[in-house]
Amino acid sequence: MKKALFFVVVMGLLTSIMPALAQDAVELRITWYSDGNEGEVLRGLLDEFEAANPDIKVVVDEVDYANGIQQLLPVQVEAGEGPDMARVTNFDAFKGKYLDLRPLVADAAYWDASFPAAALAALYNADDTDQIYGFPNQFTVTGPFINRTLFEQAGIEVPSDMNDAVTWEEWTAVAQQVAEATGTPYAISMDRSGHRFAGPAFSEGATFFNEDGTITMDTPGFRLMAEIFMGWHTAGITPADVWIGAGGTYNAAAPYFINGQLVMYMSGSWQIAAFARDIGDAFDWEAVPNPTGPGGSTGMPGGTYMVAFGDTEYPAEVARVMDFLASVDALKAFTEKTLFLPAHLGLGELTYETDNAAAAAALNVFVSEVPKLSDQAYELQFGGQAFAINNPVRDRLTQVLTGELTLDEAMVQLQQDVDDALAAQ
Amino acid sequence: MIKQKKIISADILATPLRMLYDALVSVMDFIMHPIQNRVGVRGMAYIFVLPNLLIFGIFILFPMILNFYYAFTGGPRLFPQDRPFVGMDNLNRLFTCQDFLVPNSCREDLFWRAATNTITFVILQVALLVLVSLMTALILNRNIRARGFFRSVFFYPVLLSPVVVALIWKWILQQDGVLNALIVSLGGDKLPFLISADWARFWVIIISVWAQMGFYTLILLAGLQSIPGELYEAASMDGAGAVQAFRAITIPLLMPTMLVVLVLSLIRAVQAFDQVFAFTGGGPGTATTYMVQYIYTTGFANQTREFGLAAAASLVMASVLLLLTVGQLRLGRTSNLA
Repeated sequence: MKKALFFVVVMGLLTSIMPALAQDAVELRITWYSDGNEGEVLRGLLDEFEAANPDIKVVVDEVDYANGIQQLLPVQVEAGEGPDMARVTNFDAFKGKYLDLRPLVADAAYWDASFPAAALAALYNADDTDQIYGFPNQFTVTGPFINRTLFEQAGIEVPSDMNDAVTWEEWTAVAQQVAEATGTPYAISMDRSGHRFAGPAFSEGATFFNEDGTITMDTPGFRLMAEIFMGWHTAGITPADVWIGAGGTYNAAAPYFINGQLVMYMSGSWQIAAFARDIGDAFDWEAVPNPTGPGGSTGMPGGTYMVAFGDTEYPAEVARVMDFLASVDALKAFTEKTLFLPAHLGLGELTYETDNAAAAAALNVFVSEVPKLSDQAYELQFGGQAFAINNPVRDRLTQVLTGELTLDEAMVQLQQDVDDALAAQ
Repeated sequence: MIKQKKIISADILATPLRMLYDALVSVMDFIMHPIQNRVGVRGMAYIFVLPNLLIFGIFILFPMILNFYYAFTGGPRLFPQDRPFVGMDNLNRLFTCQDFLVPNSCREDLFWRAATNTITFVILQVALLVLVSLMTALILNRNIRARGFFRSVFFYPVLLSPVVVALIWKWILQQDGVLNALIVSLGGDKLPFLISADWARFWVIIISVWAQMGFYTLILLAGLQSIPGELYEAASMDGAGAVQAFRAITIPLLMPTMLVVLVLSLIRAVQAFDQVFAFTGGGPGTATTYMVQYIYTTGFANQTREFGLAAAASLVMASVLLLLTVGQLRLGRTSNLA
């Protein structure tokens, strides 16, 4: 009895002491979202980091992209209640709130040599010169996917097999033929996103950025693509739920493609891992080059950044985590496991961890799209006005689709929206 | 013998409870007595309302004052000291319009679309809600079979979270939803319940009536049950029919309760947001974007967070609500005098 009592007392003491010991570890938080498996991959990498650095514990708060990253995170950071680090796409929204890692990281020269200077400068304030606020952990390119099995079932050739320069009009017509021949509900669709629309618009000859630094939204190229896109809805060949039924937020058409209900889907390279996982061998899918028009054959560059915030209580520890995540080993593992395009300049040859031939082929297609990206596309993505332009484009086009506005009215309102948004910035 | 046992056990329980009560009273007395000595008996009333006043001040009054300040400032920064004063710019922006009845002619067309949508929604939803609640209350007030069960059935949706209600109906009504599957299985074509503006407006009203009517039915039921039965008996003896009794007895005596229902449902309709936002997201296009969503989107959901413009829109909405409330109070006073 006495022994048992002694054992209970000792265990009680140990239990009360253990949390105190554990509190020695600094707890850092990362706000993160996932399109595919990148949350799991990050957790695996951080487990490795924590094993080697027992004084730091990193908690990953996984949130959804539309609400958690786009809407809540900027307000949290602005209010000084943000995380220590985050994965962001709208890096303009946090300018002035980042932590300068240059004096904190182990080897700033490594950072300068590993990431394109323009990519690091995309996070800068107007008067910044050489700060390091974070790094791009993924490079993306927008582009279309097709369901090849449906083409085979319809007995129709895939246009890009025969011709390098297929227009949006040609793709639309062929996708419609395939859908009709196979009884597929929808021929063609695009994510509800101004970013997704921009590539096709630039390919049709749209230009947003003038040489004098002003922005003009109403161009013949923009209108041409808008009319093609409106035609999809008028003809009923696109799932109306994606753009019209989505309210005011981003909406992906991926579920239609994954479920075999869609012949052609305009999205981007970040979908590859999800397709490899969710489609499996249900049908043959592949990425095809961006359609061609008077403005070329461009998609939109993009990507996500891992950034650190200045309000952190533990800048030195944050820098150690960032150093680890930006290292060649960590980024190589991250890229190979998530099937992303790398934004690091020195990862060397990559061995993507997939036995899915479609995923490997799609990665190659998107890599070959990179040189075709236009200056306008880079300017839109990294010039500091991406969301001020992309969201109004998305919302005004939706109003045209629902009949609330004519295209002429939408162009006037769109220009006003962009001017107001830029003034408010 | 058994009775005696019960008394003993009650005593055993009562003793610790009384001790606890006495202890609490002593503690309160220890705290309150010096305060009362200082502020006097009359002053104690203010001490007792102070906690509630603090909560009201921190969570209602202070944000209202802050909202007023924000309405006259600009820029994307959150903290008041970082925000430049812009005077009437935000209000001017909202009211720059060639024709107020044509939202497209307004600089901030989305504000006017939201205002138009809100007015339409309030008129149709409140009218339908009051009508359906009244009819249901009249039916449930009759001596029908399983009356208790039906009262529970109509009240049940009130207990559901607005987001749950929205998600359930979205699942039913979306393009590949349950209702369209049923229509297709019966040989029909899918209907654009959530992608046609008219259908979406229709369903938003129907669902909000379905979700809220139980609450208002209960209030009206209580009002109906407070009408003395003798009045109906007397009317019947005088040869009045059901319709005459309804017009001459039920409606006039139910009017104060109806006014309460009208005021509550009107305020709630003007504030419509959570359920509609989860159900349609304000779409298709802006067909079901109401004022609160416009304010939320402008201030928080858009990537360029225009807190000043959102605060100015809040100010406009608050002014309209104030006018409505004053009007209703006057109406209530007139009704009471009558």
